[in-house]
Amino acid sequence: MAGIPHDHYEPRTGFEKWLHERLPIVALAYDTLMIPTPKNLNWMWIWGVVLAFALVLQIATGVVLAMHYTPNVNLAFDSVESIMRNVNAGWALRYAHANGASLFFFAVYLHIFRGLYYGSYKAPREVTWIIGMLIYLVMMGTAFMGYVLPWGQMSFWGATVITGLFGAIPGIGDALQTWLLGGPAVDNATLNRFFSLHYLLPFILAALVVVHIWAFHTTGNNNPAGVEVRRGSKEEAARDTLPFWPYFVIKDLFALSVVLIGFFTIVYFMPNFLGEPVNYVKANPLATPADIVPEWYFLPFYAILRAFTQDVWVVQIASFLTGGIVDAKFFGVIAMFGSIVALVLVPWLDTSKVRSGKYRPSFKWWFWLLALDFVVLMWAGSQKPEGMVPAISLIGASYWFAYFLVILPVLGLFEKPLPVPATIEEDFDAHYPPKDAQASAAE
Amino acid sequence: MIRNSILAALVALGLGASLGATGAMAQEGEVTDYSFSFEGPFGTYDKAQLQRGLQVFTEVCAACHGVSQLYFRNLADPGGPELSIDQVKAYAKEIEVYDKELDDTRPAKPSDQFPPNTDAGAPDLSLMAKARAGFHGPMGLGINQLLKGMGGPEYIASILTGFTGKTKEEGGSTFYENKTFPSGWMKMPPPLEDGLVEYADGSPNDVKSMAKDVAAFLMWTAEPKMTVRKKTGFVVIAFLVLLTSLLYLTNKKLWAGPKRKA
Repeated sequence: MAGIPHDHYEPRTGFEKWLHERLPIVALAYDTLMIPTPKNLNWMWIWGVVLAFALVLQIATGVVLAMHYTPNVNLAFDSVESIMRNVNAGWALRYAHANGASLFFFAVYLHIFRGLYYGSYKAPREVTWIIGMLIYLVMMGTAFMGYVLPWGQMSFWGATVITGLFGAIPGIGDALQTWLLGGPAVDNATLNRFFSLHYLLPFILAALVVVHIWAFHTTGNNNPAGVEVRRGSKEEAARDTLPFWPYFVIKDLFALSVVLIGFFTIVYFMPNFLGEPVNYVKANPLATPADIVPEWYFLPFYAILRAFTQDVWVVQIASFLTGGIVDAKFFGVIAMFGSIVALVLVPWLDTSKVRSGKYRPSFKWWFWLLALDFVVLMWAGSQKPEGMVPAISLIGASYWFAYFLVILPVLGLFEKPLPVPATIEEDFDAHYPPKDAQASAAE
Repeated sequence: MIRNSILAALVALGLGASLGATGAMAQEGEVTDYSFSFEGPFGTYDKAQLQRGLQVFTEVCAACHGVSQLYFRNLADPGGPELSIDQVKAYAKEIEVYDKELDDTRPAKPSDQFPPNTDAGAPDLSLMAKARAGFHGPMGLGINQLLKGMGGPEYIASILTGFTGKTKEEGGSTFYENKTFPSGWMKMPPPLEDGLVEYADGSPNDVKSMAKDVAAFLMWTAEPKMTVRKKTGFVVIAFLVLLTSLLYLTNKKLWAGPKRKA
């Protein structure tokens, strides 16, 4: 692994040398664990570890849940209830798994917004960003299919609505939807394939996580100052960094432990807080629930999906230009997927030479407006599309696109950034002055 | 770093707000905030109340509703109504269940599930206390779940006490006005009347008391592991608080050098 110069593993004993020549696995573990890490990382750099924990938690609990779950439309709902009642600690496994999805998304959103603020997506970390976005997409697919498995009312109707999005694609839509569902409607074939894929995707996710880590271990971590670690020599690098073990492992574990107090408070004392009550009613294809609402982590994109109704002028223009092929429904689908595509392309949309948002006086405002926009869209997605909600959704969706497609490209050309610290050491010393500086300041 | 905390707080706030709002739109009926022994982190089921609730269910609700997720043996489970095994056997014997091997009905045994009962088109009640939310506050945030639960049993008790006495005929069926039911009119006639069930322990048997008793019983059928869940929760949180404190101190000492605080 190229990257920041540091001490590498040297096999010493005979056995170590023997193994190292055949499989340098200890060297890999050593270099991964001892990787030089910018010493100025703040508390927003802890979500990666929370995410790793969430993935392990979901796989561990999920594997056991799968031992007791039956993917059949007549049995699925009751088998989940049986887990809650008859499997030893089954209730704990299931509540941890169901809420674990929320922990996963909570952490990933903070992780993504961290990256957006500190410019972690910028060169040379574009590949890390793209892999991260793939991880996010796989997460969404996995979570969506997992939510269908208990076969409650919201499972069934959520699956019907979301797969219906693919049905909105002109021409091939119907055929595509039928292919996805394995039939004309959400039924046993759908449940079976969702179960199969829900079990498969986390392992693809785990592989992507390895690549994600590999990528940023190659480039080195970004950091709040947004300047690179000096790589001229080991000594120079050592002044900007500390080894991952023990400094960041302990820091991350402390942060993880704090997050877990909140997480397990939800799991053990309000486990149904994040769920929809109606999902405790068995799926009934003949009775549509009063409101079909996705889980909270999909709400911002759900709001964007619903924002573009027939009376919005861009929809009418698109409809006119394509001779009616692009209708409001299809436009909404394009907008929803487009909003994620914009996020994926951000490394090339942001033209600013300065990486960290800390030193970009105008950018900060736009960024915080985007964070607020995300929250507002989440709220709008949870509401019935009536009254002010469609207008708010439309404004929110428009800002989302404006941020990525207009503001970031243009801002970089005109904004006058603040002075950036020359090195990570300088940034760190500004927070924690060296002893001699403290002494001279006191004089 | 303040900025980061603000970001975290904002996202968290947004999540909370949207979640609460999600729940808030589900229902419009009036739900009375009855108090139950199992509310809050320390709450547990009241054994005597669950037994009374079981009696109300058996003598009244079971005419039309089932609790098919429940096994008869569950009535003896710790944290539940805690009938003795002989009482469970005696209770089960009175109820006929279908046996696949006999292709006929026979008296139930503790290892049997409660028979489903959907003949009258009435929903199964096993999970009803979790399938209905009565509370969404404060301000639609839903956070008061931690202290009050999500209001399922309150919803059930409110339904049972929410009949106004008015009826209407529509499409050949009679509908009964109920101020808790979302649409205002339900097909179920008022099932309870004062003194309908005679409690062995002489507890009050007015409509409100019986409604609360059976709502508590149905909360137990929906969440039979609640007591052990909360108990485990305290151990888990206590462990995590200890672990967090130790990690905090370790981290502080570890970074004292690099941060020149040593």
